[in-house]
Amino acid sequence: MSSKLLNIESIRKQFPILHQKVNGKDLVYFDNAATTQKPLSVIESLNTYYSLHNANIHRGAHTLADRSTGLFEATRKSVQAFINAAESEEIIFTKGVTESINLVAQSYGRKFLTAGDEIILSQMEHHSNIVPWQIIAEETGAIIKVMNIHPNGELDMVHYQSLLSVRTKIVSCVWASNALGTINPIKDIIALAHQFNAVVMIDGAQAGSHIEIDVQDLAIDFLALSSHKLYGPTGLGVLYGKRKLLEAMPPYQGGGEMIKEVSFEKTTYNSIPFKFEAGTPNIGDVIAFNEAIIYVTVLGKDAIAQYEQSLLTHFVNGLYALQNTFGEKAISLIGTAKNKVAVQSFVMENKHHFDIGLMLDAKGIAVRTGHHCTQPLMHYYGIEGTVRASFAFYNTVEEIDILLESLKKMLERG
Amino acid sequence: MTITEIQDDIIADFSLFEDDMESKLFYLMDLGKRLPPITPAHQTEEYIVKGCQSKVWLFPVFEEGKLFFEADSNTEITKGLVSLLVKIWSGKTPEEILSSELYFIEKIGMSHMIGSQRSNGFSSMIKQMKMYAFALNKAQ
Repeated sequence: MSSKLLNIESIRKQFPILHQKVNGKDLVYFDNAATTQKPLSVIESLNTYYSLHNANIHRGAHTLADRSTGLFEATRKSVQAFINAAESEEIIFTKGVTESINLVAQSYGRKFLTAGDEIILSQMEHHSNIVPWQIIAEETGAIIKVMNIHPNGELDMVHYQSLLSVRTKIVSCVWASNALGTINPIKDIIALAHQFNAVVMIDGAQAGSHIEIDVQDLAIDFLALSSHKLYGPTGLGVLYGKRKLLEAMPPYQGGGEMIKEVSFEKTTYNSIPFKFEAGTPNIGDVIAFNEAIIYVTVLGKDAIAQYEQSLLTHFVNGLYALQNTFGEKAISLIGTAKNKVAVQSFVMENKHHFDIGLMLDAKGIAVRTGHHCTQPLMHYYGIEGTVRASFAFYNTVEEIDILLESLKKMLERG
Repeated sequence: MTITEIQDDIIADFSLFEDDMESKLFYLMDLGKRLPPITPAHQTEEYIVKGCQSKVWLFPVFEEGKLFFEADSNTEITKGLVSLLVKIWSGKTPEEILSSELYFIEKIGMSHMIGSQRSNGFSSMIKQMKMYAFALNKAQ
C-alpha cells in the first residue's frame, strides 16, 4: 500500500465508505468510472451547509443568503482555476455531463445547425454523447458522421481527418473512454476541427479525476465535467464554454435566475453564467463540490495519475499472467491503447459478464458489467458487454491481487 | 414431493455453505449445468422471459393436467436460479403452482444477491411460470 507521492493509508482513512464488509469480505471498490467515493471533507461540507448556511442564493438581503451565495460562487471560482478557464462566468453548473451535452446540443445546435451540416462523433462515445446529437440532428437535418477506432481502442485519426470538411459544424468527442480507458488526443482533434471553423465539445466525464485540464491551452470550446466522478456529490456537473460561444447561444431552459426583466410582452435574459442556470440550483452539492476539487488539487493530478497508472499496470500484467496460464482466449483485454486512464475492460471465454460480476460481488468486489452505455462500441468489438475494473487513488495493489485471485479461481473452475 | 418439501430440501442443501456466498454461487451454477437441455426449437424469441438482465427461455408443456417446464439461460447463475424454479414447479398441477408461496430464496440467504435490479429477472421468471399455470387452469 504505497506510492512515492501519496500516503494511501492516510487517504483511505478519509473515505469512510471503504471500510465495510460486503458479503462478509472487505469491500473492494473498483467501480470508480461509474462513480467515485467521497472524502470526509465533502460529506462534512454537506452536513455543515444544511446545518448552518442553507438559504437560497442570489438576490437575498439576509445574512444566510449572502453566505450561501458566497460559498456557491466560490466553487465556480475553484472550477475556473481547476480547468484554467479565462473567466468564472464561463463555468455553468448543470445536473451532470449528460445535461451539459444536452444543453450545448439544444442551445448551440438548434441555433447554428442547418440541414446538411455535419456533426462528428466517435465510435467509442457514451450514449450521452450520441443521443443528444441524434435528437438535434433529426430536428435540424444535420448529419452525424462517426470516427472509426483501431482494434486497440485508439481513434483512427486519419479517418477523422477524412471526415472533416467545411460542412463540419460540431465535433463532440470523449476525452477518456469510460469503457476502454483510452485517452484521446484532444489537442489534435480540436486543432484540426478549428481549421474548418467547427466547434468542439469534449466529454470530460472520465478525464476530470485523472488528467490535468487547461481549457485555454487545449483551446476547448465546450467541456462537460461530472462532480460525482470527481469525488464530489451526485446530481451535479459543469459545462465550460468559451464566453463568445455562450453569449451567442439562446437560453436552454426558462425560469428564475436566468432573466433580466420579465414582462408578458418581452423578457430579456440575464448574462452568463446565469442565463443557463434557470431555477434554484443544486446549492448544497455545488458548495460541497468545492471540497472535492480542493482534495484532488492538494493530492495533485500528477501524483494521482502516476499512482493510478501503477495500479493499472499491475492489473494488466496480472491479466496477461492469467492468459499465460489459461490461454489467450480464456480472458481477453478490451481496450489496450497506449495512453489510458486507470480503466480496464475484459471478457472471459464462455463466461457471461453478468455471472462474473455476481461472483466478484460474492467476494466483496464491486466492478461494472454490461455495455457501459456504449452499445455502438460493443458492436464494434462484437460483444454484448464487458467486465470493467476502474481504479482510483484510494485503491491498492493488494486489492487488485484479490480481484486477480478471484478471476483465477473462476478460470480454474472452467 | 410437495412444493414445500422440495423448497425445504433446497434450503437444507444451501445451508451447508453457511455464509460463503461464493460457494453458493458455484453450487447454483452446478445446478444450472444439470438442468435438462431445452428443445432447440423452443429456444425462440417467443419463449424469452421479458424483464431479465440475462436471457432466459421458458417453455411450458401441459401433460395430463400437470405443467412441466423446459428452461435455459445464457448466463450460468440465472440458469441455476431457473433450474431451482423448474425443480420446484415442474410436474405440479396449476392449482398447486398458483397457491404456492416461494420462501426458499430468502432462506438460502441469497435475496440480497438476487435483490433489487437483479430480482427483476427472477420475479419475471416466477411471474411467467405462474402465468402459464393460470392459463392452463382457466383452459381446464
